[in-house]
Amino acid sequence: MIPAPFRYVAATSIGETIGALVEFGDEAKIIAGGQSLLPLMRLRLAAPTVLVDLDGLGLRTIRTEPFGDRTELVIDAMTSYRNVAASPIVHDHAPLLARAASLVGDPQVRNRGTLGGGVAHADPASDVSCALLALDARAVVIGPTGRREIAFDDLFTGFWTSSIAADEVLTEVRIPSARGIGWSYQKFTIRSQDWALVAAAVCGGRVALASMATQVIRALGTESALAAGASPADAATAADEGSDPPADLRGSSAYRRHLARVLVADALEEAAAGKSSRR
Amino acid sequence: MSISEHPTTVVNVEVNGRTVRAEVEDRTLLVHLLREHLRLTGTHVGCDTSNCGACTVILDGNAVKSCTVLAVQTQGRSVRTIEGVDGPFDGRSALQEGFRQCHGLQCGYCTPGMVMASTALLDENPDPTEREIREALEGNICRCTGYQMIVESILWAAEHGTAASPVDGVAS
Repeated sequence: MIPAPFRYVAATSIGETIGALVEFGDEAKIIAGGQSLLPLMRLRLAAPTVLVDLDGLGLRTIRTEPFGDRTELVIDAMTSYRNVAASPIVHDHAPLLARAASLVGDPQVRNRGTLGGGVAHADPASDVSCALLALDARAVVIGPTGRREIAFDDLFTGFWTSSIAADEVLTEVRIPSARGIGWSYQKFTIRSQDWALVAAAVCGGRVALASMATQVIRALGTESALAAGASPADAATAADEGSDPPADLRGSSAYRRHLARVLVADALEEAAAGKSSRR
Repeated sequence: MSISEHPTTVVNVEVNGRTVRAEVEDRTLLVHLLREHLRLTGTHVGCDTSNCGACTVILDGNAVKSCTVLAVQTQGRSVRTIEGVDGPFDGRSALQEGFRQCHGLQCGYCTPGMVMASTALLDENPDPTEREIREALEGNICRCTGYQMIVESILWAAEHGTAASPVDGVAS
């Protein structure tokens, strides 16, 4: 299978990228690592006629910046999953994200796929989006009218759709430092390289789920139970509240609800126990 | 743009140490540049959906699936394919010899991808554990061997790969 014909534009600046998005409108699509987009184009589920490649923009640094009296971890959009997973800075400030990135796809996909591409693709099974939602991160996007930040709570609007406008480009992700906060990422797959059948991310009192709705969601039932003083085991029984899990060949909705409760219980236990129980 | 237009780009890319220049449609995938334009047919197309790893090549030192990279994205970069692998074992690398010694293949379809993924592994980690080998091969599917002998082949290569010359009684 070969993608439908398109024109390839190797962008050299953010301005040029936005210019192309404005000029070509819905016909244009940004490509980052291409590990989700190219398979979709090969299956003709996507057929943009202009492809704008961000590869030449750099956008690969990982750094910390002061944010009020706190520290914020800033990761550029074109940073590969591999480099996110391997970064000592990420391990220091957001080990949950490093862990989630280390479980995306397989080594070849992690070499090529990017954090920004994975977020912008807005897949409900995305490991990194699930982790970033639990981490209360913000996405920075730049468009014709300037720069704005979108909280991950407001970023995803449905299946493969986000509140990033068609003429905006995601440039970085900003994460409040979670150093010292209990965390866990529990991913259930049938084969090691699969998308999550269900995954659960915990960072302190925030709990997020992948593959439990049309987008990554927070397990608000569990969060409010925890806030009200429930034990982790009791709070986990509410993990699937408010979810709308899909049913497919890999698992029924009921099975996914069961997995969500089990994985959240495991995640809360691991987050409370700290790193000692981690492999 | 109408559907009849097929934009093309001239790609300059180093393949197995040789700089090649090819005019390709923008939509050409790296695996098709290799197989159809350069006639390097050792890189296989298996699943066509980025799952199986038969098309694995090394791009700027990293294993990638060449069915999920555009040829135009390799502009100015360096690609290594199975045709670019050789070594002291009668022309074979330690990994290729390991696959021979340990029966690491049956039908052979996945083998070029297995060798390239494990070449990238050993370049980075010359002495991997069995677990590290299995994790490095998560993206490569074999329908014949059950993987055990592939893992043994790579362990063999890690053990013998640093030898300056072929091991006695091993090389033909």
